[in-house]
Amino acid sequence: MTTQTVLPVEPNTLQSISAGNGEPAWLTESRVGGLRLAAELELPKLEKTKLERWDLSHFGAFRSGQPARSQELPAQVASLVDLKEDSNLLVQHNSSVVYTRLSADLAAKGVIFTDLETAVREHGDLVKTYLHTAVKPEENRLTALHAALWNGGVFLYVPKNVEVEIPLQSIFLIDDPSASFAPHVLIVAESNSRVTYVDNYISGSYESKIVHNGAAEVFVKAGAKVQFATVHHLNEQTTDLIHRRAVIDNDGSIEWIVGEMNAGDSVSETLSILKGNGSLSDAKVIAVGSGSQKLNYTTKAIHFGKSSDSQMITRAVMREQATAIINGITKIEKGATKANGEQTEKVLMLSPKARGDANPILLIDEDDVTAGHAASVGQVNQEQIYYLMSRGITREQAERLIIYGFLAPVVSDIPLEQLQEQLQGLVERKLGQ
Amino acid sequence: MATHFVVEGLKATIEGKEILKGINIEIKGGEIHAIMGPNGTGKSTLASALMGHPKYEVTDGKVTLDGEDVLDMEVDERARAGLFLAMQYPSEIAGVTNSDFLRSAINARRGEGNEVSLIKFIRQMEGKMKELEMNPEFAHRYLNEGFSGGEKKRNEILQMMLLDPKIVVLDEIDSGLDIDALRIVANGVNSMRSEERGFLIITHYQRLLNYITPDYVHVMMQGRIVKSGGPELAERLERDGYDWVKEELGIVDETVGQEA
Repeated sequence: MTTQTVLPVEPNTLQSISAGNGEPAWLTESRVGGLRLAAELELPKLEKTKLERWDLSHFGAFRSGQPARSQELPAQVASLVDLKEDSNLLVQHNSSVVYTRLSADLAAKGVIFTDLETAVREHGDLVKTYLHTAVKPEENRLTALHAALWNGGVFLYVPKNVEVEIPLQSIFLIDDPSASFAPHVLIVAESNSRVTYVDNYISGSYESKIVHNGAAEVFVKAGAKVQFATVHHLNEQTTDLIHRRAVIDNDGSIEWIVGEMNAGDSVSETLSILKGNGSLSDAKVIAVGSGSQKLNYTTKAIHFGKSSDSQMITRAVMREQATAIINGITKIEKGATKANGEQTEKVLMLSPKARGDANPILLIDEDDVTAGHAASVGQVNQEQIYYLMSRGITREQAERLIIYGFLAPVVSDIPLEQLQEQLQGLVERKLGQ
Repeated sequence: MATHFVVEGLKATIEGKEILKGINIEIKGGEIHAIMGPNGTGKSTLASALMGHPKYEVTDGKVTLDGEDVLDMEVDERARAGLFLAMQYPSEIAGVTNSDFLRSAINARRGEGNEVSLIKFIRQMEGKMKELEMNPEFAHRYLNEGFSGGEKKRNEILQMMLLDPKIVVLDEIDSGLDIDALRIVANGVNSMRSEERGFLIITHYQRLLNYITPDYVHVMMQGRIVKSGGPELAERLERDGYDWVKEELGIVDETVGQEA
């Protein structure tokens, strides 16, 4: 039996708002189509998490009218960025992008870095080719709702052979839970290009609930290399749902660096579709859970290309009563000969009430491949604590060393120093130190 | 004040089974004591109980270091008071580099506001590693992870040298060492001999004592010290084994707390 889906907005209203905002007809159609699908589709089926029982009714009101632009950064984000002459930054505040900046140098090379709403108007054909083709509205109720309600967002386009040295950064800030917050990140890296994109999801303080239902789509063309780093640090009133996808062509590579530092319930899926021969995916996820958080994190790789390679590593620390379901899925399709997939999921529990569950899943339809997995769930090892303490280190500091040591293989591999420091700081705060 | 370490009537149990049945030993600064005995007689339990391993429960007795009650202290407090145990099976801790660990330990001992400068620390560490003929790369490896048995033992001695303790307990530091490593480890210990420092060396072979000459030798059986003497006692044990001690004392089974 399915429950009646209450849609956050009426189709007619959505249609007139979209048209009123000057969106092209294809987009209005896409939004209304998404909304119709949302009424029919089920919530995604997750390992050991029943989303039906979550309160997913607070999507906030869909914005009408054009957003206000400013050349001033909102105060909450000023501390997160170090603006220099060549900085590239986009800031979304609640439903709208309020600030964008792209260096003249990159603009001259043909790089596009703007909010997705503007990109729809200015680069409509380009956006239309890719939008919702990796995270498809017809997958489940959340992807359908996202297609209907996305706002603000990012469009990053890197032309063929262009190598961008400086990371491009987005900050998604929510401090008004009455407004809908659903950024859509769309990245297209053309053949033999190279780019690093970093984003932060942050929140102010508020008392009522809101659901962030987001998506990121990355298209890595032949020989291109994309680093995608994302840190989610939303407050406990915010339920965070996100689908991240990359589609990788021949010899392309994606590197995911994910910091799951939310205080509220969260579901994320980070999926690489290794379409091309010789394509590569490397996903590193660190997560810290606290309070009574319910968390479900999936990393996944689907291999179609011959000699494609996927690496996945997740390290999660759970304290207090936090519950984490950590899934790693390596799927190798028939014909993906010489593919290789390796995955590791490890959960460290700091309290007897914390729960962790690591599910390594290998689904292999081709014989000529290699694949491996390792998973572990455990408490802090008391022998290790004793050993450190026997050298004069306090129990508190011993635990800290062990926790950081546990996360170190992921953190120390993060190629961006600023991000490494930021994550380190967030981990410390989440661990209450 | 000269170092003075006293163990009086120490009894300890593991999972309800009594392993130490009243140990008495007194170590002054400058002295080296050796505790010998076959396997299973409670030697390592003594080392662990002195350090405060959570698996062992002390049920009776008194331990003081320079008059301070050691048994009343947490494990880390014992260490900061000057007790050091070189362990038989040191833990491996992934993600924590040896040098980060060593620096944390030195700073814990020195106290807040008195931390060692990074440059001084590195100079000290590298100097001691050279003495122990350790590959400098070990400073950046994760603590004991993937170390061979001999490398772990050298790493224990390195910690001892850097932490400058008052009382050093070496638990089977010679096991798993080839003759070269044994000589290096022994040299490390000998270089630390001083009037301010006492040693308690636990071993069941005499060979370590060829390199480190003890002042006193104690034989442990059935959870007690059953015989004490000078270095000549170790030599006799090496030559004749333990049977004559058992015979002399009328002991049939020297072990303690082992399932029949």
